[in-house]
Amino acid sequence: MERGHVIPMNPVDPDAVLTVRNMKTEFALRTHTLKAVDDVSFTLKRGKTLCIVGESGSGKSVTARSILRIVPEPGKITGGDVILHREDGDVALHEMGDRSPEIRAIRGADIAMIFQEPMSSLSPVHTIGFQIEESLILHTNLDQKARRARVVELLRRVEIPDPERTADRYPFEYSGGMRQRAMIAMALACNPKVLIADEPTTALDVTTQAEILDLIQELQDEYGMAVMFITHDMGVVAEIADEVAVMYRGQHVESGTVEDIFANPREDYTKMLIGSAVRLEEPSPIKIAMQAKQAAQTGQEPILEVRGLVKQFAAKRTMLGKLVAEGVRAVNDVSFDLMPSETLGVVGESGSGKTTLGRCIMRMHEPTSGQILYRGRGTDTEITGLDKKGLRDLYADIRMIFQDPYASLNPRMTVEQLIGEPLRNRKLGTPAENRDRVADLLVRVGLKPEHMERYPHAFSGGQRQRIGIARALAPNPKLIIADEATSALDVSLRSQILDLLLEFQESFNLSFIFISHDISTVRYFCDRVAVMYRGEVVEIGNAREVCDNPTHAYTKALLSAVPRPDPTRRRIADRHRYVAKDADLLSNGASA
Amino acid sequence: MLRYIARRILLMIPTLILISFVTFIVVQLPPGDYLNAYVAQLTAEGGETVDRQQIEMLRERYGLNDPFIIQYWKWISNIIFEGDFGRSFEWNAPVSDLLWGRIGLTFVVSLASLLFVYCVAFPIGVYSAIRKYSLGDYVFTFFGFLGLAVPNFLLALVLMVISLQVFGVTPGGLFSPEYAGAPWSFAKLMDFLAHLWIPMIIIGTASTAALIRVMRANLLDELNKPYVETARAKGQSEAVLIMRYPVRIALNPFVSRLGWELPALVSGAAITSIVLNLPTAGPILLTALQSQDMFLAGSFILILSVLTVIGTLVSDILLAWLDPRIRYS
Repeated sequence: MERGHVIPMNPVDPDAVLTVRNMKTEFALRTHTLKAVDDVSFTLKRGKTLCIVGESGSGKSVTARSILRIVPEPGKITGGDVILHREDGDVALHEMGDRSPEIRAIRGADIAMIFQEPMSSLSPVHTIGFQIEESLILHTNLDQKARRARVVELLRRVEIPDPERTADRYPFEYSGGMRQRAMIAMALACNPKVLIADEPTTALDVTTQAEILDLIQELQDEYGMAVMFITHDMGVVAEIADEVAVMYRGQHVESGTVEDIFANPREDYTKMLIGSAVRLEEPSPIKIAMQAKQAAQTGQEPILEVRGLVKQFAAKRTMLGKLVAEGVRAVNDVSFDLMPSETLGVVGESGSGKTTLGRCIMRMHEPTSGQILYRGRGTDTEITGLDKKGLRDLYADIRMIFQDPYASLNPRMTVEQLIGEPLRNRKLGTPAENRDRVADLLVRVGLKPEHMERYPHAFSGGQRQRIGIARALAPNPKLIIADEATSALDVSLRSQILDLLLEFQESFNLSFIFISHDISTVRYFCDRVAVMYRGEVVEIGNAREVCDNPTHAYTKALLSAVPRPDPTRRRIADRHRYVAKDADLLSNGASA
Repeated sequence: MLRYIARRILLMIPTLILISFVTFIVVQLPPGDYLNAYVAQLTAEGGETVDRQQIEMLRERYGLNDPFIIQYWKWISNIIFEGDFGRSFEWNAPVSDLLWGRIGLTFVVSLASLLFVYCVAFPIGVYSAIRKYSLGDYVFTFFGFLGLAVPNFLLALVLMVISLQVFGVTPGGLFSPEYAGAPWSFAKLMDFLAHLWIPMIIIGTASTAALIRVMRANLLDELNKPYVETARAKGQSEAVLIMRYPVRIALNPFVSRLGWELPALVSGAAITSIVLNLPTAGPILLTALQSQDMFLAGSFILILSVLTVIGTLVSDILLAWLDPRIRYS
């Protein structure tokens, strides 16, 4: 097997495994050349973790791909040295062709990589076992039996249950966390010296994220590999990094040990990143001020009363009666009150029923049973009893903000049409009045009236989310259901958007139901919080109390799995773990 | 997998019943029946007056006065229980004698075209996707659109001219005159193959062009998926990883097309067969429909429909074999 051209150069640091010097990667776009990676240097050391941190578009993923020379078209590596230090000497990766056998012998063997999206990063039509075995076929001389044994061993090592059988399963039969474990097993197949992990936990729930971070840490201790961990989450950085490199617009702005970076950040950008993350650890100052004011008002009636809400999704059967999908009780006997200008956070992991709850209140899903009483219009309105026309009227009062700022705006409508749509639908004013209203809303969400004529593609993610907020505010609603409204945004934008929502809450007396998997945004933004687990609210109470002193075991597990942006107080390694009792499972399944 | 196939075969039964019923309705749909058409033809040709009574007698004998549902039942029960497709009025011969040879040839021609389509479209489609916007891609795209745009009959005429002028082979038909009535022999087979390529290309061209575009578009969607990058990061070579991962997944729509490619080829074959004077099902079906020779037309349509349903089944089984997500759900 070709192993690359060996150059005589001794590493400066005996622990150095990979040295990157002055790396440059450019994308030739139609209008200009984008310097995705601009003069970046760093060293990966045996047994140490380097976190590359930065927001979307900072070039951190391209940096990783440039090392392995798998930059997607039209990217081109235009300069720099990448040197792998091996026992048999140094190997210059930057001298190898993108498709040369030499670089292919390094990929997957000396340097392995895992990716963000564990579903789409695995081939849907090949078994997990085969996809791991492929690395062994490429880089080892093991025979078929030995390869199979190694695959089973690897899967067992990453804690996949019953690996002899599950090796022959397909990715769609694995859960998200298991898929990422399988990806890690694949990366470890040939005992790499360097593991590059590109946002490997971003698509996972916090508890699953904590497990995967634990696993990577353990494997690193065991095999002594260098880990390059790419993330946008300062909490994760604080939890796992030894060293940190901060990237911004393709440039390497600052690096140092994790303690140094968090204690004494030099660059404004680093300060901003840490500041935004730390800020979300505490309730917003605006919120605290509002709560003080509200404490004076007593004897108010709730604007929304939910009692015994149940949503049962029916089991799916084929024509011949074969069960295709089990019935699920997505929302199980949920009750709560929401006061005027109060924010109720709904937290939970994927599949906990939080989104279904929001949709049931809007009647986008038809609730199976229960009452939803809305008091926002002087008279009491029972939402479950409304007809189509009644619902249309209701939609002026209760509005939604969605997660994905790209998918939730029709790309063929101008900003004016988008924001004005709820006004037009409700025939709420003359075109000229509505135009003024849209202009006013645009100013309020921090955009300009002249943006009205533009289409969504002309705006960044954060700006689009502002357009979505303006659209929700257009008909002067009283209650807004925000479903993961800040999850798709970079951390610096996240607090900005939350502050914007708080301002509106103060000036318009808005109530919010804020659905999120992100506990820190809930602490920052909400008055009260309901924790959902398998369709049930396991705990509800004052946001601060629940976040600081949770009583239910699940809440404890959930909160202790959240990475804290403080490297001196790492917590996920000794977190609480919550294992649902079989009785819980049964009660959930039996009611189906 | 076996259960999947068994279930699919069971589901075919109601489909086939429905098809046979609809076929019979369609064949009966034009006003009048074969005897009306026959009388009209006789009157037009010789000005003879036909004895009304005699016509009524014939009508009685063929059961043409029975209610629709009884006619249907007579027809279908004879087919199922006795393998008897009825008699052709026009040819005055059992339908089965007329049918089998022609259906067989129709299928040989269609399958040859299908093979031609897939063999040409697959490599070109893959090439066009991987070398997107290269000179080769543009050239194939140009010929692809040309193939889509040129009508079959025109292509048939052009190829007939070429065949005669350049190769000196008599165009038209599937056999040279000396072999047409002869029993099958090696020489006849060679002669058949020498004639086969013209209809094969003509019938297949439009489908080939369409399939190249389908393959190219599918593969372009898959080429940028993260699992391709995973394979690359493993150190797999470009050629192997493209064939193993994205091409494998892009094949799905390519295979599921098989089901509706078959009927398209058969109906395309009808027009081409008439122009090229091929002894396949197309021309005889046309005349049977014109003269309201209902048993002949009905049986033809029925058998072609059955073959189409079988084609769909084959493509579904292939799909399930290719894609575990379909197999397991």
